[in-house]
Amino acid sequence: MSRPIVSDYKLLGAAVLLSVFGVAMVYSAGQTDTPTAVAHAYKSQMLWLLIGMGFAYAVTHSSVRFIEWMTTPLYAFSVFLLALTLVIGKGAGTAASTKSWLAIGSHRIGQPSEIAKVTVVLMLAKVLSARRETPRSLLDLWKPAIVVGIPWLIIMLQPDLGTGIVFIGIFFAMLYWSGVAWPLLLLIASPAISLILSFSVGLWGAWFFILLALVLWYKPFLIEGIVLMVLNVATGVVAPLMWEKLAPYQQNRLKTFIDPTADVRGSGYHVIQSKVAIGSGGLFGQGYTLGTQKRLAFLPEQHTDFIFSVVGEELGFLGVAIALALFLWLFLRITQVAERANDSYSSLVAYGLMSGWFVHVLVNVGMTLNLMPITGIPLPFFSYGGSFMLASWLAVGILMRISGEGRGSAMSLRGY
Amino acid sequence: MSSLALVLGFLFLMGAFFKTQVIQNKQYVMQSEENRLRPIPLPAPRGIIYDRHGEVIAENLPAYSVSITAPSVDSLRGALAQLASTLQLDQAQINNAIRRYRRAPTRPTVVLPDASIDIVSVLEEHRLDFPRLIIQSVPKRYYPDGSIVSSFVGYTGEITESDLNDPKYASYKPGQDIGKAGLEKQYESILHGKEGVRFDEVDARGRPVRGQGPRPDLDAEGAPPLYTNIDLDLQKFTAGIFGDSLQGGAVALDPHTGAVLALYSAPSWDPNKFTGGIPADYYKQLLEDKRRPLVNKAIQGRYPPGSTFKLVTTVVALQAGLVGLKEHMPVPCTGGYQFGNRYFRCWDKRGHGALDLEGAIKHSCDVYFYQLGLKIGLAKLIAGGISLTMRDKSGVDLPEENQPYWPYAVDYYNKKFGPRNWSNAETLNLAIGQGANSQTVVNMAKFYTALATDGTESRPEIAHLVPQRKQIFRLSADQHETVLNGLKAVLEGGGTAAASAISGVVLAGKTGSAQNTGGEDHGWFVGFAPADDPKIVVCVLLEFGQHGSRAAHIAAAIVSHFLHVGPVAATMDEG
Repeated sequence: MSRPIVSDYKLLGAAVLLSVFGVAMVYSAGQTDTPTAVAHAYKSQMLWLLIGMGFAYAVTHSSVRFIEWMTTPLYAFSVFLLALTLVIGKGAGTAASTKSWLAIGSHRIGQPSEIAKVTVVLMLAKVLSARRETPRSLLDLWKPAIVVGIPWLIIMLQPDLGTGIVFIGIFFAMLYWSGVAWPLLLLIASPAISLILSFSVGLWGAWFFILLALVLWYKPFLIEGIVLMVLNVATGVVAPLMWEKLAPYQQNRLKTFIDPTADVRGSGYHVIQSKVAIGSGGLFGQGYTLGTQKRLAFLPEQHTDFIFSVVGEELGFLGVAIALALFLWLFLRITQVAERANDSYSSLVAYGLMSGWFVHVLVNVGMTLNLMPITGIPLPFFSYGGSFMLASWLAVGILMRISGEGRGSAMSLRGY
Repeated sequence: MSSLALVLGFLFLMGAFFKTQVIQNKQYVMQSEENRLRPIPLPAPRGIIYDRHGEVIAENLPAYSVSITAPSVDSLRGALAQLASTLQLDQAQINNAIRRYRRAPTRPTVVLPDASIDIVSVLEEHRLDFPRLIIQSVPKRYYPDGSIVSSFVGYTGEITESDLNDPKYASYKPGQDIGKAGLEKQYESILHGKEGVRFDEVDARGRPVRGQGPRPDLDAEGAPPLYTNIDLDLQKFTAGIFGDSLQGGAVALDPHTGAVLALYSAPSWDPNKFTGGIPADYYKQLLEDKRRPLVNKAIQGRYPPGSTFKLVTTVVALQAGLVGLKEHMPVPCTGGYQFGNRYFRCWDKRGHGALDLEGAIKHSCDVYFYQLGLKIGLAKLIAGGISLTMRDKSGVDLPEENQPYWPYAVDYYNKKFGPRNWSNAETLNLAIGQGANSQTVVNMAKFYTALATDGTESRPEIAHLVPQRKQIFRLSADQHETVLNGLKAVLEGGGTAAASAISGVVLAGKTGSAQNTGGEDHGWFVGFAPADDPKIVVCVLLEFGQHGSRAAHIAAAIVSHFLHVGPVAATMDEG
């Protein structure tokens, strides 16, 4: 089944540059005046990178058909691992109370949710591509909803809000890519929107009438329409109750998102220090490894969630622009790969993986500037963490294979 | 569509970063520096105070202060509780530290302004356990001559809450020392140096980071020295005469410039015990001392000037042309004077007979001056006293000086007793320095600078400033000679201070005794020497000194010491 293909060097190049950039930043993150364990993080990060690249190389020598064939068992296995976390899961870092880590004794092995991000994309692609025609009603979507819903529920039980957001992002992006009409997407999203707007009665009321108009115009089945409206009413009412149910640290994070200065020494501290670090970087930064916010430990989680703040502080706007440009280059390239893929499964996988990363970048980078709530999701290729690095490079391998098998082959893709 | 969304998403992020990093850069650089740079104030040494010959009156010695930085009051309390045993802190010191913190939470809070070397060495050993502790070498005020100079130099101490609320001290911070009294207070703005600042780089937990600070230190700027007119040798001599047994005040002035050569109040107190907080037991001891050491008897104590005031009466009469130099008063002195239904006694009940002005001064004859006062009249006498600055502060450069008491006008008596309830007898009292008249030692000394010269009074000045002189009266040469002869005669045979004559120099002056309802009379002497070319004016008040002759004896000793002439001719017990 090993079939040599032409490598997509542009895709590979973007991923390698981002990874090298990332490892360099993990190294810098460890350079603090009072040395901590983070000082050694770059070594294991490099190891994970090499292992990840090994996986990716292996995957490029399989085939998309083999991946598709493996999809269901891989998905089932990852869901099993996720479920296992609920039983023997451990927390870490700022989210010590959650159970996102698989551990034997006190030794943490990995975060199954990172692997699940890939397997859910694969499974969703398989389910969506199996359909002859695009889904037209909510009922048509029960299968993909279940594919995402099961792992999503487990993750929300851990609980890990950030990863949950990523899954929802992937779900909508892949429905969009599979051709689902936007009014339908909006109808699917409506209960969630109701949830958010429920904090203001007026806003929720306005949204409810817009939704009603949308239902009448799009004309889903009667029962669906009624169920949808009931769901919206339910979430609108339930939301305040849900708020009460959120863990205090989650409530604080959401509150802090709205006003980070409200609690300078508490949860707002992270965001303020991150903004100070980034803002003091200026155009060219304070110099690699020299950022004072990081060096003197004012910047929290400087090697994981807030690694991009180190980029901002030490390399300035220039470094930020280069990093973001590399991400954009990678994502545009993957979009192209998805457009030229041989089959809808390949195309959906490519687009799904890309959208997952995109949500990560948007939320993580946005969080460092207080544009997004602190949900604790890592920055691909940058944030320190073995599971995510492995999963990311596994994804790079899959994307390389899809690109290689794509129409006209990778060499003919021009313009980027 | 999808690519466009991606590009827009990234452009949005880029824009946000551009705004934060490039447009708002300055604001965040400042915040970042605020985060990590901890300013440590470097106290400036106070200006050194010198006497006229360059001898040190006040200087600074190295001491150690212990302070602490804390992010919150609770954290400070915790740290203090931890340190209490090592630093031997009592509750008052802890409360003080917390008060200082509340005033200026961003400044290191002073815990011990003057830590002993034992405490400092213990702390240095445990430095790593207390990363927020700051041990600094700080200048500490020291007065080599201690209680000898405290009457004019004052002392320094930590600025109080009420001082901090005073706009005058707007730039001051809690824990800083300020002049609390005397020259230290008077010239605070000069003596107070400019505090420097050192920037320590600290990490998020407030631990100092090794290595060069990113901002250069601003060195403390010591204040310039303060040169004074004090003659430290004379000051020491003066303090020595009073010793432990006598109480009172003494002021020595240069009659031509008003330069204060010595200013002493006995008993005195030790200003070195005051710096860095007055020990409660010492303060209690001073407060309970019956001799009232905390009242400055040279500038604060007000005493009826007694016969020393007769020169004011004299000058007023001469200026008004109311008395001839050889003129006798209508009634000769027979030991008293009948005025209306009251009999006013002369201090010498044997009587002085008929006297002219010179004789009246020499013998301090009350009967002569009763009649001279009546000649002048109350209104003119009061106005004359005012123009001869009996109602003004001397203007000596010390913040504690009290204003003397002297009626503002005849109306004073109407207000005090009612329009018809007083008699002209008040004139008699005023004329001999009794009645509604209380003067400070320094103000009487000042008046005698005018007698020692051509009527030009010099404002007493301790700091070496431009002399402030003012002619307050003008006498003809004859008048002047008569007055001077009278003052000389006081120390000649038969004069009231004949026993205090100095061999080798002519001392001119006037004794006085202030009636004291609470006990023995206070003794005064004000004089100058050499009489024909005055170099020094001395005013001495001896509390419970009974009569001016004892005060004259002290004044004569001061004069002879200053002029390096022979010892005082006679013993103190006479007169």
